[in-house]
Amino acid sequence: MDKNEVLRIYREMLVIRLFEDRAGVAYMQDKIGGYLHLYIGQEAVACGLISALQPDDPVIASYRDHGHYLACGADINEGMAELYGKATGCSKGKGGSMHLFSKEHRFYGGSGIVGAGIGLGTGLAFALKYRQQKGVCLSFFGDGACQTGIFHESMNLASLWNLPIIFVIENNGYAMGTSVDRSSSEPEFYKRAAAYRMHGERVDGMDLFKVRETADRLIPEVRETCRPVLLEVMTYRYRGHGAADPGNYRTKQEVEEWRQRDPIGMVESWLLKNKVIKEADVKSIHAEVQAEVEECLRFAEESPFPAPEALYEDIFA
Amino acid sequence: MPVITYREALRQALFEELERDPEVFIMGEEVAQYQGTFRVTEGLLDKFGPQRVVDTPISEEGFTSLAVGAAMMGLKPIIEFMTINFSIRALDAIVNHAAKHRYMSGGQFGAPMVIRAPNGKGERLAAQHSHALESWFLYMSGLKVVLPSTPADARGLLKAAIRDPDPVIFLEHAALYSTKGEVGTEDEIVPIGKAAVRREGKHVSLISYSRMAQMCLRAAETLAAEGIEAEVIDLRTLAPMDEEALRATVARTHRAVVVTEENPVCSAASEITKRIYGLAFDELDAPVELVTGPDTPLPYSRPLERQWAPDETQIIEAVRRTLARAS
Repeated sequence: MDKNEVLRIYREMLVIRLFEDRAGVAYMQDKIGGYLHLYIGQEAVACGLISALQPDDPVIASYRDHGHYLACGADINEGMAELYGKATGCSKGKGGSMHLFSKEHRFYGGSGIVGAGIGLGTGLAFALKYRQQKGVCLSFFGDGACQTGIFHESMNLASLWNLPIIFVIENNGYAMGTSVDRSSSEPEFYKRAAAYRMHGERVDGMDLFKVRETADRLIPEVRETCRPVLLEVMTYRYRGHGAADPGNYRTKQEVEEWRQRDPIGMVESWLLKNKVIKEADVKSIHAEVQAEVEECLRFAEESPFPAPEALYEDIFA
Repeated sequence: MPVITYREALRQALFEELERDPEVFIMGEEVAQYQGTFRVTEGLLDKFGPQRVVDTPISEEGFTSLAVGAAMMGLKPIIEFMTINFSIRALDAIVNHAAKHRYMSGGQFGAPMVIRAPNGKGERLAAQHSHALESWFLYMSGLKVVLPSTPADARGLLKAAIRDPDPVIFLEHAALYSTKGEVGTEDEIVPIGKAAVRREGKHVSLISYSRMAQMCLRAAETLAAEGIEAEVIDLRTLAPMDEEALRATVARTHRAVVVTEENPVCSAASEITKRIYGLAFDELDAPVELVTGPDTPLPYSRPLERQWAPDETQIIEAVRRTLARAS
């Protein structure tokens, strides 16, 4: 990665971090309701992988989708407005946190159903192949989704039919409160690829450089060969599963240990050490990011709720 | 006009629509090399190749979810389930995704796909292969539900379904595949959401769809011999339902018998009845009668299965009950 790209992604990760943090605050104020699954700690995964894509390569994620939405380049104001349920939201207020979509930025959504993006993503890859477009689909999901039937069926279909998809497991160690060890007969998920004669590998998801290096190696190969890949990314979420999760299933010490390897901190150190930026730049970048996030909060606050007629709109074309 | 089977009418529609639009493809178990378990897709693999007529492993949830993803990108999948009973494995893809994507995405992504399957009671296929599930799909906002009863409607409605930008559940019937009828050769679509008056009458309305609509016509012939003129309405589509047709027929006859081949509880028949009361209560001279199967799974043994099935006798008895009520 060149230095400017690292700087760009650093800023992008900061935006996601602050967006999520402020969304968490807004949730406590009941400005955002329902479920809120924050991506804090996992920024290097979405940013590292999506930054390696071509503009038309489709991306699909789970309910923990705000980071992917933003990493696809979708509008931050529309994202926050969607969380607030406003008419100016990316989904016109009809979807909410788990259902951010952006056709313009080829983000095919979050889903409230665990594993949904695995099956749908296989279809996105199928469409690329059908149209003889040299594309690659990235489908992001969690460790919990690896136990679903749709995981198994999709791996088989993708491998059998040579579909250009990278199945990205964001393994943060827990499906809600259930650890990987309590749910998986084979907890080293990347090994499951062998059952489908697919390539599987594992990478450290707290290290942006490693994630991006892996992406730069795998994505062109998938594009050329149409052989799917199972990529397990080891990562961690600092907050609970959802906003209301007290997190009793893990220790404060464990969370602290992962924080020591904060992905944003690592990139910041690299940028300083390689003299791409100075300490003063860190402050100004933070200030810019803050201003951007403040603006999206203001936009969300001031936007109107959907009109009553909207209840009946977009059921059919 | 040529006389062809319902099966052949479907096949023609598939042929013509695959030819017309390169983004249309067929996917399902045994649809390609096996030529289809009911032979509806016979010959399509030879003509269009394995990229457009795709044999799948036994992965209903997997391939239906794949189809919904492909439809998000604008392709037009036609999914075939060997029987609608196997759609149960794929309900998440159909209900949580295909039906809801347009709404949840604020109109950005739809699901222009067709799901086809034989629906309802076969012959001694036993409980797991005999369910009529139209009410499940009727219940879901965001799905269209179509059930043709004639070869002409099979062809015209399948064309309409394939061209529809929204997900259409296209329910066929094993007992109808070999039935024959006149079918035009023009590129004609039959509009989704419009009922057909199969027979005009003034004494009672028999309201039905699919195989039972054909049975209602036979019951009407029997009744005519006694001087009872039954009007037969073939709804053809359950969602969106032709409410004007329901209102108009009850306004003409003042008596209604709803006939379906379902379990009774929360059935499409009960929904049709509810709508009739809402649309035309003041026109009714008698309560609406419902003729459905009983509240049991389908038994294997032939006489028990015969006992389960709604038949002409039950339809005629229902008509007599409505007529026994003084106006």
